[in-house]
Amino acid sequence: MTLLEIHEPGETPLPHAGEGTLAVGIDLGTTNSVVAIARDGKPAALHDETGRALVPSVVAYPNSGGIVVGEEARLLMASEPRNVVASVKRLMGRGAADLHAVAGVLPYEIEPGSGQTDMVKLRIAGRARSPVEISAEILKALRQRAEAALEKPVERAVITVPAYFDDAARTATRDAARVAGLEVLRLVNEPTAAALAYGLDKGSEGLYAVYDLGGGTFDFSLLRLEKGVFQVLATGGDTALGGDDFDRVLAERLLDERKRDGIADQIDEGAVKTALVLARQMKEQLSGRDRTSGRLELGGVPSFHAITRAQFESMIEAPVKRTVDIARQVLADASLTGGEIHGVVLVGGSTRVPAVRDRVAAMIGKPPLVDIDPDEVVALGAALQAEALTAGSDTLLLDVTPLSLGLETMGGLVEKVVPRNTPIPVQLAQEFTTYQDGQTAMAIHVVQGEREMVTDCRSLARFELTGIPPMTAGAARIRVTFAVDADGLLTVSAQERTTGIAQRIEVKPSYGLSHEDMADMLYDSLENAEQDMAQRLLTEARVEARRSLLALDAALTKDGSLLSANERSALDAARGRLEKAIAGDDRDEISAAAEALEALSKPFAERRMDRGIREALSGLSMSDLERRVGE
Amino acid sequence: MDHFARLGVPAALDLEPAQLDKAYFARQRQWHPDRFVARPPEEKARASTEAAALNDAYRTLKDPLSRAVYLASLKGVELPGDGKTIDDPELLMEAMEAREALLEAETIEEVDLLARKAGSDMENALSGLAGLFSRDDRPALRSALLRLRYLDKFADEARSRRTALERAKA
Repeated sequence: MTLLEIHEPGETPLPHAGEGTLAVGIDLGTTNSVVAIARDGKPAALHDETGRALVPSVVAYPNSGGIVVGEEARLLMASEPRNVVASVKRLMGRGAADLHAVAGVLPYEIEPGSGQTDMVKLRIAGRARSPVEISAEILKALRQRAEAALEKPVERAVITVPAYFDDAARTATRDAARVAGLEVLRLVNEPTAAALAYGLDKGSEGLYAVYDLGGGTFDFSLLRLEKGVFQVLATGGDTALGGDDFDRVLAERLLDERKRDGIADQIDEGAVKTALVLARQMKEQLSGRDRTSGRLELGGVPSFHAITRAQFESMIEAPVKRTVDIARQVLADASLTGGEIHGVVLVGGSTRVPAVRDRVAAMIGKPPLVDIDPDEVVALGAALQAEALTAGSDTLLLDVTPLSLGLETMGGLVEKVVPRNTPIPVQLAQEFTTYQDGQTAMAIHVVQGEREMVTDCRSLARFELTGIPPMTAGAARIRVTFAVDADGLLTVSAQERTTGIAQRIEVKPSYGLSHEDMADMLYDSLENAEQDMAQRLLTEARVEARRSLLALDAALTKDGSLLSANERSALDAARGRLEKAIAGDDRDEISAAAEALEALSKPFAERRMDRGIREALSGLSMSDLERRVGE
Repeated sequence: MDHFARLGVPAALDLEPAQLDKAYFARQRQWHPDRFVARPPEEKARASTEAAALNDAYRTLKDPLSRAVYLASLKGVELPGDGKTIDDPELLMEAMEAREALLEAETIEEVDLLARKAGSDMENALSGLAGLFSRDDRPALRSALLRLRYLDKFADEARSRRTALERAKA
C-alpha cells in the first residue's frame, strides 16, 4: 500500500525506479479497448480467460448493483439500455457546444455541463456521470485484466489517443487514468503507435501513411521512418467519424424498413440500441460476403431485413469519402502525393470493410499493409513505447500538434501562435499590445482550430492579465507563450515586458472538468481504497485486543490473588468494555478500551513481576545468585 | 545560442536537408522528454525546454525561405512581422495584379498556370539570395526576402483556390 510507504531522507526512490510494477500499453478505443505488454521489444496483447484481447468499451451500472465493463456490459444493452454506456470516448472533453457533432449518435440522455465549455454528463442509472468517470471504469477493468494476466501490480501505462484529439479530450483522458489509479507515462497518438508496431517488426524506412478508422474517430498521419526515428510529418482527422456512423446509417435503414412495412415502433433508447446491435452484426458479415440478412424484434414484433454489399457501400459512401478528403489534405500539408508513400498501414476495426480498403488502395496506389491485427496494432505499439520509456530504447518518436493554437484578437479573429503539424514539445511566443491609453488589463482567450474566426474554433481557456502599468496605447509589450508538452498538452503564460515587471500568469486549459468534479471522482475512487484500509486497521485492532485479553486471562488465573476485590472488579469492567468493543465495528473504541484496560492492569503487571522475581530469588544463596548473574 | 549553433550546422544559406535531419535527430535522441521519463522534475523540465528549442531551430531552418529570413535577421536585416502590409510599392503592384488574376481564374488549369509562374519566380529569387548574402547588400536582401514571402503566400492562396475549384467541380 503506497500510502504507508515511508522512506528515510535521501533514500526516496526516483519515480519509476520501482521495478515491482509493470508498464503496459493501453488502446482506449471508442468501441473496443486493448491492453498489451512488451518485453524485450516483443509486444503481446493480454487476453482474458476465454482468449479474447478486445474489451468492449462499454460500461453498465446494472439494476442488480455494481459496475460491469466489457462483454458483460454489452450483453445488458438490450435488457437495461438506460444503465449502459457505449462509445463514451466521443464525449471526452466535449462541452454542450460540441454536442451537435455527436447528436443523434449517442442513444442516452446527456446533461450539459455547468458552463458552455464544461464537459457534458450522462444520466445513467439515475445519476449524472462524467465521461471521465465512465472511461476510468474501462481503464480499471483493463488494469485488472493486466494484473491478473501478469500476476503483478500495474500502475503505469502509455495510453493512446486519436492524433486529432484536442487539448480537452487529451486532458480528459489523462484525468480518467488518474481516477483509475494509473500513472500516464505518455499519451501517444494512435497512428504513431501503430507505426511503431509495424516499424520495429520490419525495420522499415521511408514515408508511410497510417489510415486509422476506428469506431468513432478517424486519423490519417504521415510519418517518415529512418533508422529508429519515427518522425510524424503531418496529421489530420475527425473525432466524430468512424464505424459507428456505418452502424447508424444501417440501423436507420432497418427502422425505416419497419416503418414502411406498417410497423408502428416506439422508438426509444432500447429500440435504437437493439437496431444498432443488429446493424453492427450485418455490417461485419458484409465484410466477408456479398449479401446478408437479419431479424429485428422490437416490442415483440419481428421483421426480416436483407441487404447486399453494394447497397451497404452506397450507404456509407459519404463518410468514406470524407476520410479520403481528409487524407488528401494531410498529403497536401506535407507537400506530398499518394504515389510518394511507400506503404499505408490500416488500423481500426472499420478498415475491415472492403470498400474502405479499396478506397485507400486507390488513393495510395498500393495495397495496404494489414499484417498486424488492426484491432490490436495500436495497443501493441503503446506497449512498445511503455517498455521504451521504462527500460530505455534507441527508438525516437517525434510527434506533432494536430491543430493550430492561437489567441483571439480584435474583431473575433484568430492569431495563430502554434501552427498545426509543429513538432512537439514546442514553446512559441508572440507579442501583443494594448489598444487603449492607460489600459491595465488584457483579456486573453486561447483557442484551438484551423478557422479564421474565434467562433469557428474551440475555446480552450480565458484568462485576464492584470497589473499592466498604464501606458499609451500600443506601448505595452505582452508576450504570450504557448508550451505544448510531449503529451500534446498545452500551458499558456503571459508576461508584460516593457517595464521589467515580470507579471506572469500560467493557465492550464481545463474545460471539461471543474476541480470539484475531479476531486469528487478521485474521492469516489479512493473511497473503496479507504474502506479497505479501514477494514484492515479494524481487523488488526481486534486481533491485538484479543491477544491482550488472552494474556490478561492467563495472568488472572495464575496471579488473581494479588488483586483486591475492588481492583478485580474494575479490571473486569474494563475487560467487559473491550470485549464489547471487539464485537462492534468502532476501531477507535477498541483502541480506547484496550488502552483503559492496559492502564488499569499496569499495577497488577508490576506486582506480578515483583512476585516473579521474589519467587525466582527465594531460597537462593549469594553464590547461587552470582552464578546466575554470570550465566 | 542561435538556431545554427544549437543544431551544430554551419550558418549558411545552403544546407543539405539530410545533414540537417541527421543533426536534429542526434540532438533529439539526447534531449527528447521520452528519455527523461524516469528523471527528477528539474531534469525533465530542462529536457522539455531543450527539445522545444531544437524543434524551433529545426522548423526554422528546414524550410529554405524561413532559413533565409532567419539568416538575414542574424545579419541585421529585419522584416516586418508576418501579415503586415507590404511597404515596397513595386512589390505591392505585382502582388495586387497577381491576386486579381487568381480571383479571375475560373479553371484549375488557369490556377495551375499562375501557381507555376509563382513557383519559378520563387526558385529564381531563392537562387539569387546567395549573391546578395555574400555581397552583404542589405537593402536588396530585404526586398528580395519580402518578395519571396509574398510569393510563398501567393502559392498558398493558389492552392486553396485550386481546392475550392476542385470541390465546386465534384
